[in-house]
Amino acid sequence: MNRAIIAFLLALLAIPLAAQDTMPPAPYAYNQLDDPALEAQASELMLTLRCLKCQSQSIADSDAPMAGDMRHQVRSRILAGESPEEIRSWLVARYGDYVSYNPTISATTWPLFAIPVLMIVLVAGVLLRRLGKRRDAAEDAA
Amino acid sequence: MIAELGLAALWLAAALAVLQMVSGAFALKGAEGAPNSLAIFARPAAVVQALLAVLAFFLLLWAFAITDLSIKLVATNSHSMKPMLYKLTGTWGNHEGSMLLWVGVLALSGGLLAAFERRLPERTMGATLAVQGFVGLGFYAFLLLSSNPFERLPVPAIEGVGLNPLLQDIGLAIHPPTLYAGYVGLSVAFSLAMGALLTNQVNPSFARVLRPWVLGAWVLLTFGITAGSYWAYYELGWGGWWFWDPVENASFMPWLAATALMHSVSVLAARDALRTWTIMLGVLAFSMSMLGTFLVRSGVLTSVHAFAVDPERGSFILALLGLYIGGAFTIFALRAGAVAEGKRFSATSREGALVFNNVMLSAILAIVLLGTLYPLLTEAFDVRVSVGPPYFNPASAIFAVPMFLVMAVGPLLRWKEDKPARIQFEVALVAAVLIAVISLVTILGDYPFLPVLGLGLALALGVGALLPLRGRKLSRVPVATYGMVLAHFGVAVSLFGMACEGAFTQERLAAIAPGGTEQVGDFAVKLESVTPVAGPNWTAIEARIAVSRDGGEPVILSPQARNFWSPAQATSESALLTRWDGQLYAVIGNQAEDGRWQIRVWWKPFVTFIWYGGLLIALGGVLAIVGRVRVDVKRRKAADMGDERRADIEALDAAAPVPAE
Repeated sequence: MNRAIIAFLLALLAIPLAAQDTMPPAPYAYNQLDDPALEAQASELMLTLRCLKCQSQSIADSDAPMAGDMRHQVRSRILAGESPEEIRSWLVARYGDYVSYNPTISATTWPLFAIPVLMIVLVAGVLLRRLGKRRDAAEDAA
Repeated sequence: MIAELGLAALWLAAALAVLQMVSGAFALKGAEGAPNSLAIFARPAAVVQALLAVLAFFLLLWAFAITDLSIKLVATNSHSMKPMLYKLTGTWGNHEGSMLLWVGVLALSGGLLAAFERRLPERTMGATLAVQGFVGLGFYAFLLLSSNPFERLPVPAIEGVGLNPLLQDIGLAIHPPTLYAGYVGLSVAFSLAMGALLTNQVNPSFARVLRPWVLGAWVLLTFGITAGSYWAYYELGWGGWWFWDPVENASFMPWLAATALMHSVSVLAARDALRTWTIMLGVLAFSMSMLGTFLVRSGVLTSVHAFAVDPERGSFILALLGLYIGGAFTIFALRAGAVAEGKRFSATSREGALVFNNVMLSAILAIVLLGTLYPLLTEAFDVRVSVGPPYFNPASAIFAVPMFLVMAVGPLLRWKEDKPARIQFEVALVAAVLIAVISLVTILGDYPFLPVLGLGLALALGVGALLPLRGRKLSRVPVATYGMVLAHFGVAVSLFGMACEGAFTQERLAAIAPGGTEQVGDFAVKLESVTPVAGPNWTAIEARIAVSRDGGEPVILSPQARNFWSPAQATSESALLTRWDGQLYAVIGNQAEDGRWQIRVWWKPFVTFIWYGGLLIALGGVLAIVGRVRVDVKRRKAADMGDERRADIEALDAAAPVPAE
């Protein structure tokens, strides 16, 4: 009995594996949503998700089958009424931070946000020193 | 024989680089006017080295042309059935070949400098050539010790593996060579900057020597990046034209530094200000070129871990990078104090505006650098982060927006000191255009924020760029000024294209049966038929798509889905319909089970302006070079004639006192 159940479960596992090679692309991989507003939401989100099989392309820019599946996921979830950010967090939970091109502040990414802020301060400092002092010097000379 | 000749030429060139380095260094020992007797070899060494390196490159080109399959590089990257053009361009479509091209251009630019540059003091020239030789030596060592392009196979291959089909395009003939020439042209700027720093010759006449090199390299970089962007746009089949991909950033960072350097050099030449700043940017620009080479060539981008497993090439370039950049900045830190400050100026002056924008360019450079390197850094600690457009766009906009604003009015300011009130009309005009465009677009529709801002900035900048010509007699405006106006206008044009593409693109993805019609924007797109076709090394299905705008005369587009057989890979060849106000972009995809075909069509308003703008920028740079060189030649001719006349008069005077009895 046990063996039969295990065999059955294994067979269940094997079906998607065997199907993967020959499966046609999911319906929403290459087709848009009918509602333009929802499609706009979807495509905005897709442009910020990384195609995990490509080098530096978003899923909206890729022919890879996996990117097609992810596009299908995004469109069908948008159609089901999920918000883009919910879908993003679902994908991040599944594939890790790597899938999102839009880094959020976290323990591993804070320098990405701290350094630009520092840079603004630095730039202001450099400009004040180079340009501010000149004016003083000019006034002193005058 | 070809391979052995090429290898010998490279070794000889490397030896000459040593001679150039040592002999150039001796020039530093001689006093001005009494050149050291060992210093005379630097120039000829540089010239001969250039000839040898170029010869090596042409030998490799020849090996690819005849598909010499006993050479490993040819066997792994070429195929006898490839069209001739792609056999030739395949020479640099791989690691070793592209590094040989890199080194060839490096040697060639050093040779040109040595052969034709006579204005610099000999000591400065010697130091410059020594630095150039030193840089060259490192890259010869890299090529010869870890990436020998001429390696033979023990047994010649029967057939080659072929070239990545994405690279089998005219783009490969244009994009890498121009980009490399630009990258490496900056090496001369680097060497000149170091030479001037070492001999304390940072002055306007040095800037005039430096300027054509910087301008030339910058023009080539601009053109190379523009060509690369258009290539990616039509080749990848999804209509994207810039991905903030590390490889793209690797070319964009030197461009940013070179842009800043070019403006800084102009200030140094015209006003004798910004001395240390110019030197620093000269070092920075070539450092970014080398960093780009490291990123692209070390394999670090594919995976930090792959790099860690087979680090030979990567660590070699990294060591070179550390040596040159570290060394240059050390010398800079030690010597910068000795360089006098230069002329002063007030904040509201042309120099002030240029300094402001230089700082902004440097800040954008820092953002791009951070966004490119940070994911590599975290990957080393097994944390994978992606940094993409949602980060780069806003973060660089923080600095780009003030830069564009200052750029619109900066050229109207006078040198040294100016009253803002003098240009209040122009400032008001630019501000009015900016506000009007942004409010109009916001009222008309709901578009993303950055593209709308970009649209306003583009039009304001377009107006501002032309203002320097207002009230001037157009026939008397110097050519170089036209160059500036054109380049600034090109930035506006390009920005306009980017903003329109971002805000107004329309997309249609659909499965349609032959005979079916879809609508995208004003265009009716009808799939007429799908037929198989064959090329020299591929087979494809080709769609016949009839496109008509507002019911007008239909135009036939034929996008293809190609299958290459060596190496086996599929590509989509997009079909483009170019109109003055944009481009229709069509791609044919797979066939669905019910027999319908997937097609993707985009209408991208004014997208072509992105690249027209890039071309205008490059053309502006060319005009600036022509203008500067013409003035220089005229000046030199006048000086020579003056000298001749003075010599004649002296000769007459000397002749006169001879007693004439």
